[in-house]
Amino acid sequence: MRVALFITCFNDTLFPETGRATVEVLERLGHEVVFPEEQTCCGQMHFNTGYQREAIPLVRRFVEVFGPYDAVVAPSGSCVGMVRELYPLAANLANDNELLYEVEELGEKVFELSEFLVKKTGVTDVGAYYPHRVTYHPTCHSLRMLKVGEAPLKLLRRVRGIDLVELPEAKECCGFGGTFAVKNADTSVAMLGDKLRHVLDTEAEICTAGDNSCLMHIGGGLKRQRAGVRTVHLAEILASTEER
Amino acid sequence: MTIIRHQPEKKAPPDAFSEGRTPTFEESAKESLSNSQLRRNLGKATQTIRRKRGVAVAEMPDWEELREAGRALKARTLRHLDDYLVELEESVKRAGGQVHWARDAEEANRIVAGIAKSHGAREVVKVKSIATDETKLNEYLEGEGIAAYETDLAELIIQLAGETSSHILVPAIHKNRSEIRELFMRELGVEDLSDDPPDLANAARLYLRKKFLSAKVGISGANFAVAETGTVCVVESEGNGRMCTTLPPVLVTLMGIEKVIPQWRDYEVFMQLLPRSSTAERMNPYTSFWTGASQGSGDGPEEFHLVLMDNGRTDVLADEIGRQSLNCIRCSACLNVCPVYERTGGHAYNSVYPGPIGAILTPQLVGIGEPGPDSLPYASSLCGACYEVCPVKINIPQVLIHLRGKVVRHKQDEGGLRERLDPENVAMQAMGRIFANRRLYEGAQKAAHVGQWPLARSGTIHRLPGKLAGWTEARDLKPVPEQTFRDWWKTRRGGPSPNGSTGDGAS
Ligand code: SF4
Repeated sequence: MRVALFITCFNDTLFPETGRATVEVLERLGHEVVFPEEQTCCGQMHFNTGYQREAIPLVRRFVEVFGPYDAVVAPSGSCVGMVRELYPLAANLANDNELLYEVEELGEKVFELSEFLVKKTGVTDVGAYYPHRVTYHPTCHSLRMLKVGEAPLKLLRRVRGIDLVELPEAKECCGFGGTFAVKNADTSVAMLGDKLRHVLDTEAEICTAGDNSCLMHIGGGLKRQRAGVRTVHLAEILASTEER
Repeated sequence: MTIIRHQPEKKAPPDAFSEGRTPTFEESAKESLSNSQLRRNLGKATQTIRRKRGVAVAEMPDWEELREAGRALKARTLRHLDDYLVELEESVKRAGGQVHWARDAEEANRIVAGIAKSHGAREVVKVKSIATDETKLNEYLEGEGIAAYETDLAELIIQLAGETSSHILVPAIHKNRSEIRELFMRELGVEDLSDDPPDLANAARLYLRKKFLSAKVGISGANFAVAETGTVCVVESEGNGRMCTTLPPVLVTLMGIEKVIPQWRDYEVFMQLLPRSSTAERMNPYTSFWTGASQGSGDGPEEFHLVLMDNGRTDVLADEIGRQSLNCIRCSACLNVCPVYERTGGHAYNSVYPGPIGAILTPQLVGIGEPGPDSLPYASSLCGACYEVCPVKINIPQVLIHLRGKVVRHKQDEGGLRERLDPENVAMQAMGRIFANRRLYEGAQKAAHVGQWPLARSGTIHRLPGKLAGWTEARDLKPVPEQTFRDWWKTRRGGPSPNGSTGDGAS
C-alpha cells in the first residue's frame, strides 16, 4: 500500500530515530512510503492550549498536504487523535462546512502506526527481534481517544527474544498532557512519580509506548533518577531485527 | 456519651461562587500536593471506590446502552427545557406545592430565607445539597439570624470543621476517622469517643436527632424532579434525607433547572446508572420521592416549596459544546477516576464542584474572565478517564478543550496590552507563523539545535529557563539532535527535491 508518513513535528525535530524506524517497518512489510515534505505541525499544541484560532491555518495546511493520500500513518497516538477527534471542532470554530466535510473524510484515512498494522492491514508479526525486558505503557490518547486496544501488545508479543512484562496500573495517565506538564508541573510530576514506581516494579530495562511525548516525560523522570531504565518508541522495537 | 453544645459558627473559606477572587488551581494544588496525610487519605479512598465501581458496572451487560439512554434523555430534556419546566411547575401546583423561580443565587437565598422567616424559624435542618452550597445559603441564613444544620454525616463534619466539601458525594473524603474523632470531641464536646465508624455515626446521630424533631423547616436539594407528576427525588444513603423531608412541617427544595426529567419511567434509567456509578451499589439505600404537600393526608410536609434556580445555567445551555455539562447527575465517578483529583483533592478547585465536572461546570456557571475559574479547564492532562466512566456520557475532555479556547479568546479580545504581551501568547503567535510555513519551520529546527548549546550538558538538559523551568524540576530533557528526520529523508533519497522526495505532487 502507498502510505504517506505523517512524522509529526515533535518526532521530526526531537526523535528522528522513531521516524526512521517507522519507515523501516512499513517498507519491510512491503508498503511504499512517501514523505510529503510540506508537512509541519498538526496544530495540537495550539488547539489544546486554547490557541484555537491560531490552529485553524495548520488544520487547513494538513488537509492540503495529506488530503490526496489514501492512507496516512503517524507514530503518535495523540497527533492522530487531534486529526480524528478535534479537527471537526476546529472546522466548526472556523465556521467552515467545506473544511468540516474534508476533515471528517480525512480522519478516516489517518492511522496511528500499531492501529494501521494490526487493524488496517491485519499484521501482528513484523519480523522483529528484540532481546530485552520490556514493559508497555498504553498512552491515554491511544487508549481512550483512538481505542487502539490490544494492537500494540499484539505486535509486541510477536517480537522474538522479547521479555514482555505487564505494567501495573498501566491505564493510569503518566501526567504528561502537553502544556499541562509545564502549566501544572507539580501535579504532572506527582502523577509521574506513581508511573515511575510502577515501571520500576516491573524490573524492565525498557519502557515503551506509541507516543514519544509521554515517553519524553517518563524517560526524563527515569533519567533524572538515574533509574537505569530507558524509554524506546514502539516503532523502534518493531524495526529491530537480528541483523541490526 | 454526652453532647454539650453546639452552634455551627465557623465560616467556610470563599470559593468561585463567593465574592472576591480565588487562587488559581496551580496555586492551590501546590499546597495540597505537599500534604502527605491528604494524599494518603485520598489515594486510598479513590482507589477503593474506583475498583468497586468497576465491579458494579461490569455486572451490567447493557451498561453502554444505559449510558446512551441516559445521555439521550438528558439531551432531549435540555432541548425542550422551557416546556418541561413549565410542566413541572403546573404539576407541583396541582399537588398542592408552591413554585418559585430564582434568576440567581441571591434571589434563591432570599426566597428560601423568606419562607423560613414567615414561619418564624430560627433553625432549619438540611439534606446534603450542592445547589445550596453553590448559593452559600447557610451563610445567608446565618445573616438573617437562622441557624442551618447539616444532617448528612460528612456535611456535618465539614460544617463543624469550618471547611468546604472536597468531593461531591463524600464531602469529607480528605479526612480520616481519627481526624473526625478529634473534631467531634472538640466541636460536639463528646468525651468518651473511639474512632470506630459506628461510634462516630452514633455521636452524630445523638446530636442530630434533637434537631430533626425541633426544626420547623427542612431544606433539601433535588436529584431529579419529574415534569409529568411533579415528584421530587432525593437520593442518599444515611436516611437523614428522609427525616428532613418528612419530619418538619415545611419543606423547601432548591434545585437547578437542569434537574428536571420528563416522565416517571425515566427513573428506570437513572436509578440504574446513579448508584453503580457513585457508590458502586446495585441499589440506592434511601431514595425519597414526594409529590407536592400533604394536603391534610398527614403524609409528608404540610407545606412544600420548590425553588427553581437558573444561576448561570441558561448561559451554559446556550453553548453548543458546553451544554452537555448540564447532563451531570452528580454521581462523582469522574472525580474518583481522575488522576489529577486523586492527587490534589477537591479543595484545589476552589469550587463547590470539584474534579473534572467542576473543571467544566464552574467556569461556565460563573463566567470566563477571572483567573481562578479560568485556570480550571487547564487542570487536566486530558487523559479521558472521566469521559470513559461518565454515566451520561459527558465528553469532559472535549468541553475542557473548548473552554480553554474560550479563556484564550477572552484574554485576546477583551484583555489589554498586558494580555497580548503575555509570553505564552507571544510564543504561540510566533509558533503559529512558523508552523504555517515550511521554510520557517525548517529554519526553526536548525535554530533549536544551535540555540540549545548553553543548556545541554553531556547529552542532557537539566535546567530550562523561565516558565519552562517547571519541566526540568523533576525531569531531564533530551537535546535536539543535529539531524532532523527530514534531513535524513533527503540524504536517503539522494538529495532534496522540491516537492516530497518521491516526486510526490501532494504539496
Ligand atoms: S460529570 Fe458524569 S461522571 Fe462526573 S459527576 Fe457528573 S454524571 Fe458523574
